[in-house]
Amino acid sequence: MVTINELHKYGRTKLIMPGTAACPGCPLQLGMRYLAMALDGKFAMVIPAGCSSVIPGTAPYTAFTVPTMHVPFASSPAVASGLRRALRIRGVDGPVVVWAGDGASADIGFASLSGAAYRNEDIIYILADNEAYMNTGIQASGTTPPKAWTTTSPRGKTEGRKDVSLIMIMHNVPYVATASIAYPMDFIDKVRRAASIRGFKFIHLHAPCPPGWKFPDNYTVRVARLAVETGMWILWEYNQGKLTISPPSIPYKDKGRRKPIEEYLKLQGRFSHLTKEDIEEIKAGVDRQWDLILKLTEIYR
Amino acid sequence: MINQSQVSSRGIRRIMVGDHAVAEAVKLARVNVISAYPITPQTLIVERLSEMVERGELKADFIRVESEFSALASVYGAAAAGARAFTATSSHGLFYMYEMLWWAAASRLPLVMAVVTRTLGPPWNIHDEHTDILAIRDSGWIIGMASDVQEVFDMTLTAFKLSEDERVLLPVAIGLDGFILSHTIEPLYIPSQEDVDSWLPPRNPKVPYVIEPGGEPVTLGNLPRMDVYHELHRAYMDEAMDKAKNVLHEVYSEYGKLTGRYYEPLVECYRCSDAKYVAVTMGAWSGDAKVAVDELRDGGYPVGLIRIRYIRPFPDEELATYINGVRGIVVFDRDYSAGFGGVLAGELMGLVPSNVSFKGVIAGLGGVDVSPSDFRDVIVNFINDVERDGYLRVRKWWYIPSVNGGD
Repeated sequence: MVTINELHKYGRTKLIMPGTAACPGCPLQLGMRYLAMALDGKFAMVIPAGCSSVIPGTAPYTAFTVPTMHVPFASSPAVASGLRRALRIRGVDGPVVVWAGDGASADIGFASLSGAAYRNEDIIYILADNEAYMNTGIQASGTTPPKAWTTTSPRGKTEGRKDVSLIMIMHNVPYVATASIAYPMDFIDKVRRAASIRGFKFIHLHAPCPPGWKFPDNYTVRVARLAVETGMWILWEYNQGKLTISPPSIPYKDKGRRKPIEEYLKLQGRFSHLTKEDIEEIKAGVDRQWDLILKLTEIYR
Repeated sequence: MINQSQVSSRGIRRIMVGDHAVAEAVKLARVNVISAYPITPQTLIVERLSEMVERGELKADFIRVESEFSALASVYGAAAAGARAFTATSSHGLFYMYEMLWWAAASRLPLVMAVVTRTLGPPWNIHDEHTDILAIRDSGWIIGMASDVQEVFDMTLTAFKLSEDERVLLPVAIGLDGFILSHTIEPLYIPSQEDVDSWLPPRNPKVPYVIEPGGEPVTLGNLPRMDVYHELHRAYMDEAMDKAKNVLHEVYSEYGKLTGRYYEPLVECYRCSDAKYVAVTMGAWSGDAKVAVDELRDGGYPVGLIRIRYIRPFPDEELATYINGVRGIVVFDRDYSAGFGGVLAGELMGLVPSNVSFKGVIAGLGGVDVSPSDFRDVIVNFINDVERDGYLRVRKWWYIPSVNGGD
């Protein structure tokens, strides 16, 4: 496991240069820094349309210190496939990482993602999930939670939520995990584990967005941590046939140890319109998800 | 139809369909990464390439993608990592790639794609028409159209040289008419691997840039300032397109020395230097139009044919030179721009002086056969009309052949 001292070392190196165009409190910049720490800055990155197309700043300048391709919205898994294949042919090693949002992964680019996963392309795919189309101004996506306010669901989202990471397991890929920007050690370990495996690796990174979820910009990590502590976001890891609950989430297998879900919801303006019944429905959904994941740990043991 | 220029050709003489000629050229170019999604009438290309890869004749990765969009996206990624890459498609598949076509071109990465031209639906129609390939003409791809199987092979092979030239660095699309060339067996000469290797070395992965882990922190495609986009980016594309014309001359000159087959690079002039009337065509039916021109010449008509080989970069100087001094021009479009007319007619009209007669003919859509006698009739009628009335200017005219017509 990665140590705090090791992280301090990276804190002094410039994996992402200062002066990015990210919003204050942006979870993506945190996640990207952890990603770069995990891989010691030695990887190539493919980024589809989204907030991360804007974060590096104005061309011809960039804040990223790794070779990066910004590509059309639906194309990143396919671009990364070709990139990796060509690098292998040329004998060049090192991870190729797709850093994509929920719209690019769950919605518009889902076919391309599914194709790359089913072909077991040797890439690391990170779904940095801020649960809506944030770059275009907070529109509902396939991973926006039910009932959440967005600009295209002004009275709350009426559809359910697409569980992309579980769908990825069904593609028979070697590695799938969830992660959270509030748990950098867990995330870094997962990225490193992924990098050591050949084939398609998928990490679903929970990334609370201050303007999109309507909470103060100094609450990003707090909200992300509450998602885990309330059981709303479960950290788990599927590694070549074995599914386990990750250490930060282990206490919350026990429903009694989870914090009240209201603590997570009340910090976010996107849930301010919820009724008691809505909250009960959300709680029932969390229990169902835990049941499912715990059953899966029995099946994939 | 056997081209006279092939008489002095070097290489092994074989017979094959146009799609297989594309595959042979791709193999000889020692392509590293191929990615494609099946669509009629392109399928024979990717089936043959898959066989070549499976048999080990071609050391390449074949990526079996889930869509044409991903086909282009993955060869684009491969090109960014320094590979020589190829894809092929048709019609609806080409349109499914549309967004990526633009992204690939403005990324200035070398790529080659075969477009087996086919009608767009609805209704479904798998037969030949040029509307698909002409609909990508603004995207930044160099676009050629072959007229016989030999030229399909030659255009595909030269496309790699052209695309990878440091002065060009633009993707190249090679068009071949669906079924008429893609599925029709013709004789052709294929150069030896040694000859091709001597002329087309492996791609330099560092040109123009390479995306690789641990490499130079190149960033492609992040948001520039507006003025940077406008002035640098587009001017840069335009310069490369202009330079591509000169490079085409060089490439075909070298290729002629290598194979014995010399082409007029951008536009072919067939019996047009002393012609008073010229027909303009592109693609496979140019062979039929040449037969018509020969017959008309035998009948005393001073007619020639201008065949467009590359529509992008647009061969304006070549066309203007050949058009200069003629009395009338009749353009045959196997395509239709709704609300406008024929695409070639529209593009050419700007080069035709206002005192020269002009007729844009739309024919052969949806794979309708257009025979030499059809060409002959339309050209003769055009000449007669001009001679009788002194002047004619029709931008769009639909040629509807009789049901029993053709020969």
